[in-house]
Amino acid sequence: MTATVADASRRDRVTGTPFTRVLGIVTLVGIAWLVFFGLVVTPPDRDQGESVRIMYAHVPGAWLAYLAFVVTAVSSAMYLFRRTRSLVWDRIAGASAEIGVLFMGISLVTGSLWGRLTWGTFWTWDARLTTTAFLFITYVGYLAVRGLGGTHHQRARRSAVLALLAVLEIPLVHFSVRLWNSLHQEASVAGNTDVTMDGLMLFTLFLGVIVFTLMYVWMLMHRQRALTLHDMMDDVGLDVALQARRAEAGVS
Amino acid sequence: MKDAGFIFASYVVTFGSIGLFTAAVVRRARRLARQIPPEERPWT
Repeated sequence: MTATVADASRRDRVTGTPFTRVLGIVTLVGIAWLVFFGLVVTPPDRDQGESVRIMYAHVPGAWLAYLAFVVTAVSSAMYLFRRTRSLVWDRIAGASAEIGVLFMGISLVTGSLWGRLTWGTFWTWDARLTTTAFLFITYVGYLAVRGLGGTHHQRARRSAVLALLAVLEIPLVHFSVRLWNSLHQEASVAGNTDVTMDGLMLFTLFLGVIVFTLMYVWMLMHRQRALTLHDMMDDVGLDVALQARRAEAGVS
Repeated sequence: MKDAGFIFASYVVTFGSIGLFTAAVVRRARRLARQIPPEERPWT
C-alpha cells in the first residue's frame, strides 16, 4: 500500500522533487512580496515619480538574463572540456539560454514602457538599447542552432562554441553606457555614479534580484529535466528505428 | 497613481510571460513523462 502511494507520488512528480516544490513555494511568496513592495510600499522617486516602480521588474530581469547567459557559457565550457564532457552540461546550457531569452525580452519590453514615460519614446537607437536588442537576437539564434538536426553530441558541440562567442557581447552591453553617449543611465547600484537611493527602494530592488534568481533556479531545474526527458525520447525513437532497419535487412 | 497603465502593464508583461513559460515547460514535461517510466528518470 505504502509502495503504491510512493509510486503514484513519483509518477505525479514528473520534473519536480521535494526541493523544487519548496523552492517554488518560497519563490511564489517572494513574488507576492515583490509586487506588494514594488507597487504599494516603496515611495515614488523624486525625479521620475511613480514610473520608478517599473525598475523593480526591469533591473532584476536584466540581471537574470546576464546570469542565465553566463551560466550557458560556463556549462558550454564544461561540455567542451574533455574531462567534464556530459550532455547534462549541454542541457543546462540550453535551458539557461531559453530562460535568459525570456528575461531579456521582459527587460526590453519593461524598459521600453519605462522609456516612454521618462524619455517620451518607446524606442530609440541608443547604444544600450541597440546592444541589448542585438544580444537578445544572438541568443534567439543560439536557440535556433540548438534546434538543427544531428546527434545530441553534434548539437552540444556546435551550440557550445556559439555560446562561448555570444557571451562576449555581455560586457559590450553592460559598458555601452560608458563607451558611447547614451540616454540610458549608468548602474544606480555598484556603479561610479552619484545616484543615492532610498533605503526601501534599494531593499525592494535587492528583493527583486533575489526573487528572480530563485525563480531562475526553479525554472532551470525543471527545464533541464524536461530536456532530459526529450533526449531520452529521442534515444528511444532512434533505437526503434534501428531495430526496424535491422529487421528490414534481416540482421538479428 | 500617475502612469498606472504603464506600470501595471510592465508587471503584467513580466509575471504573465513568466507564468506562460512555466506552464509551457510543465505541460511539455508531463507529455514526455507519460512515455518515460518514473524509475528511468534520473532525479526520482
